[in-house]
Amino acid sequence: MAMNTSTPKQTSHLKREILVRLIKAYLSDDFAENTRLIPYDMRPKGSEVPYRCCIHSERAILRDRAIAGLGFSIEETEDSTLLSELANKAEKRDVPEQQPLTVLTTACKGCVPSRVYVTDLCQGCVARPCVNTCKFGAISIQNGKSVIDPAKCKNCGMCVQVCPYQAIQKIIVPCESACPVGAIAKDENGHAKIDFEKCISCGKCASACPFGAVHEKSQIIDVLKNIKAGKKVIAMIAPAMIGQLPCTAQQLKEAIMKLGFADVYEVAQGADITTKNEAEEFEERLMKGAEFMTTSCCAGYNELVDRHIPEMKPFRSDTKTPMYYTAEIVKKEHPDAVTVFFSPCVAKKREALNNPNTDYVLNYEEVGAWFIALGIQVTECEGKEFKTESSAEGRNFCVTGGVAKAVQTLLPEDLPTHPVVIDGLTKQSVRDLKKYAKNGVCDLGNLIEIMACTGGCLGGNSTVNAMKPALKQVTSYVNSSKSIKEQVSGTEQVKQ
Amino acid sequence: MDKKISVKVCLGTTCFVMGSSNLQELIETVPAKYGDRVEVSGVPCLGLCSIDWEFSKAPYVKVDDEVIKEATVEKVLKAIDEKLNK
Repeated sequence: MAMNTSTPKQTSHLKREILVRLIKAYLSDDFAENTRLIPYDMRPKGSEVPYRCCIHSERAILRDRAIAGLGFSIEETEDSTLLSELANKAEKRDVPEQQPLTVLTTACKGCVPSRVYVTDLCQGCVARPCVNTCKFGAISIQNGKSVIDPAKCKNCGMCVQVCPYQAIQKIIVPCESACPVGAIAKDENGHAKIDFEKCISCGKCASACPFGAVHEKSQIIDVLKNIKAGKKVIAMIAPAMIGQLPCTAQQLKEAIMKLGFADVYEVAQGADITTKNEAEEFEERLMKGAEFMTTSCCAGYNELVDRHIPEMKPFRSDTKTPMYYTAEIVKKEHPDAVTVFFSPCVAKKREALNNPNTDYVLNYEEVGAWFIALGIQVTECEGKEFKTESSAEGRNFCVTGGVAKAVQTLLPEDLPTHPVVIDGLTKQSVRDLKKYAKNGVCDLGNLIEIMACTGGCLGGNSTVNAMKPALKQVTSYVNSSKSIKEQVSGTEQVKQ
Repeated sequence: MDKKISVKVCLGTTCFVMGSSNLQELIETVPAKYGDRVEVSGVPCLGLCSIDWEFSKAPYVKVDDEVIKEATVEKVLKAIDEKLNK
């Protein structure tokens, strides 16, 4: 079984522990000094060295991870800069950094560049299909076994496929292999590097790296600072948040308010507007003879279209995302508020940079770490009701297929609607999308929902709960909610 | 073999965020593997994380009286097997 988002990982444990320690440091009487001490507190003198060669290396890597937790780029920070200096800098910062991902290159060292490799299973057979199939003449027989000449090998993998003993293996680089757009690769020193011109911020590399080398730059200090300053900070929780912790939505709301938030809005509220507008838009487009339309709520997909498939733009819905509408409502109701979007993935950090109504983004690992730092037990909260009741369909946006299903609910039955779901972006699905855009037609259907993550937002790179229980919890919440049909018949349609 | 082994998976907020979210599968897989020799349940905070910096050793699982720190599915199954083979 391949490692995926919900596979338990020691790297997640480390990243979360650092976040908890950073939050505790921020809330202590000496933020800078207690931040500087994090690597030493985690690996005190004489402690075990679980992962690296020595205690110094462990501490150095923990320091680098803390840099990302403070919201800075690990690559661009000088080795001599103290964490205490960075803590002070983070406290003074007004806006988060542009690129939400950063790579801890020293953690990349354990990972070899992608190559094809003959294992001991090679039987030195007479048929020699590997030698015969190699177009580059890279394989020869030495001492009765196949040997690959690295100078000639192009990593095509043909020999891997033809070996009757499965003796030839391709060693992959997990981040390179997970990236759907070829934006991350090892450089000449063997360090992974992100090409930010290509990167769509989907976070797949962060989930895939077994060394936990890819980090999100956290905005947790920025949010803590605003709360400490007494600002009216409002949380907007994306639908996937409901599945993250073993409690009710109302208990979660109260727990979030205990962190210091003035109010909590469900982004499902904005999802309801997305559904209504997108349904209208789809009908209109179809009437005008459009072949197909794609959804536009996934930030990773939107980045993909903008950066790699511009020819898809005419087919992508012009409807805004649930985050957009929710943030608009919050700022209208509370012009003085600081808004924080609670996100299952890193891509929303990019989206928020272009949205003046969303000030900050926190992911679920960061929110979870904050609960730990303050010792909040979500199940012990009584529960607070949400002011606006969102629909079942809006609350189901985080489940793969949920967006297309919501839109379909509001479409006339006689409209020829054929929903298709692209459940996760891969190199293959990106090729497929390019084909649909180029040909101007999709043979699988006309309402295409695209989710960058497998399973939808519940499979986001920074979720806390495993997919199965999260889905169960969201589904039971959805089933207890009213259909969007009742909302539409009850009130006038909200138009952007 | 007379007494049932009790497995308590802490589902308090700290343990949940630090990884017991991934231990929930034990609640289904353990009865399937061991039948009624083992009793497994998810429990509210066991209170082990609140002392000092002990959150960093979460998630916690209790197998009878034995506390498993930084619990994983493998560690819990190993502890059950050891108790059953005693």
